[in-house]
Amino acid sequence: MSANQSSRFLIPLRVKLAMYLRLLAVQGSWNYETLMGTGIGFVMEPALRGLPGGLNGPQYRAALARESRYFNAHPYLAGVAVGALTRAELDGVDPVRIERFRTALAGPLGSVGDRLVWASWLPFCSLVALSIYGAGGSPLAVVGTFLLLYNVGHFLLRAWGLQIGLSRGLNVASALGNPVLRRGPQYIGSAAAVVAGVALPLALQRVVGPGRVLAGGIIVAALIGILLLARLHERAEGWRIALGVLAIFVLYSVLT
Amino acid sequence: MSLLEALPIALLGALLGLDVVSFPQAMVSRPIVAATLAGAFIGHPEAGLLIGVVLELIALDTLPFGASRYPEWGSAGVVGGALFAAQPAGMPGALPASLLAALLTASISGWSMVVLRRIIATRLERTRDTIEAGSRDALLFLHLSGMTLDLLRAALVTTLGMIVFSPLVRAIAVIWGSDSAPSRAVVVVIAAIVAGGALWKVFHSVRHVLWFFLGGLLALTALLVAL
Repeated sequence: MSANQSSRFLIPLRVKLAMYLRLLAVQGSWNYETLMGTGIGFVMEPALRGLPGGLNGPQYRAALARESRYFNAHPYLAGVAVGALTRAELDGVDPVRIERFRTALAGPLGSVGDRLVWASWLPFCSLVALSIYGAGGSPLAVVGTFLLLYNVGHFLLRAWGLQIGLSRGLNVASALGNPVLRRGPQYIGSAAAVVAGVALPLALQRVVGPGRVLAGGIIVAALIGILLLARLHERAEGWRIALGVLAIFVLYSVLT
Repeated sequence: MSLLEALPIALLGALLGLDVVSFPQAMVSRPIVAATLAGAFIGHPEAGLLIGVVLELIALDTLPFGASRYPEWGSAGVVGGALFAAQPAGMPGALPASLLAALLTASISGWSMVVLRRIIATRLERTRDTIEAGSRDALLFLHLSGMTLDLLRAALVTTLGMIVFSPLVRAIAVIWGSDSAPSRAVVVVIAAIVAGGALWKVFHSVRHVLWFFLGGLLALTALLVAL
């Protein structure tokens, strides 16, 4: 049976909703053996009950076992894989073909999601929240804006992934050419750079406190530090350096 | 801080620690949110927000890529926010000491996530045959127990963080030798360096990124002059 015959089995709305809710917990059993694999099986499980033989039938059990093996993807784009694999299982696609598809899909879903979400959308939303803080925003305004902005993208991306996977089945690969996924990081990165130019000085000024200004010494020290850290690039973790420097400063301030 | 006093904070830390990876990754675990909520629990959301902002700037350096190991900011944000919000106002050592406690908690909590993932892998190894036979019960049990363990992990880290660091931060704040201005300045410089380095690491491949950044700076300057 081909994947193009996917309209044969209609997945009820309540099953789609159950899958979407489970998708939010797709990494609940993340581990170093199967990575996200068992989570994929967990999310697909409600839909697999629709296979001939129903819950605990031989086809259900075979599909559940197959879909709980090693898999990795960005969690927000895992819905693309979940949807496509569900469609393939329900359409009775050859298991060997499903296995090949699983292997091929994991890499792109990981790298595209990492670039779009972790390396673009998340820092952008953080910077927007920091700029609101710097502009004098209240705790509710800062936190509310961050959560609202971030999660509009988050929940929509998850829903889009599941929907596109369910509708296209094994032909879903072309969806990864979506302009938002391909060019989104570039545009969001440009916007984040502009916001950073506004947010960083404002936020740091407010942290310094009222009545004080970002003195020349602070700015020069920060710029030199940033240049050094940028030169070290991947070889140094800034937060670890921060931990070390802060520990020394605390010790110094306590002992003197 | 007694165990009973730490309980509501531990519950908050547990929920926000769960958000980091297991459920629902809505980023309520980001330090800017977690520390503010913890501060609100103590009755000082503004103080929570202040340390949350500093932690957020530092957390920009550790984005949760794939299977990489990273500090866990949910519980750490709660510990940092609660500790700082609990200190009396005007103590110059409170911010650096609370920040140090939060960073140490983040590091320890990140390690605890690695341990949890190994534990889940061990449990999976024990039930692999059952799961390979397509057992729904075995799969659901593995998954839901993994989430429960993550919740307990975050609760434990937050409780221990509060119990260990609460008296330490208070003591450090009392005997702090540096003045207020240099204390804040050191924190700001550290946060600025880490955030600047992190943003460069993430966005250096974006075309004309420095020009966009300068554009933002110019827009801010123009706005400040106009006001």
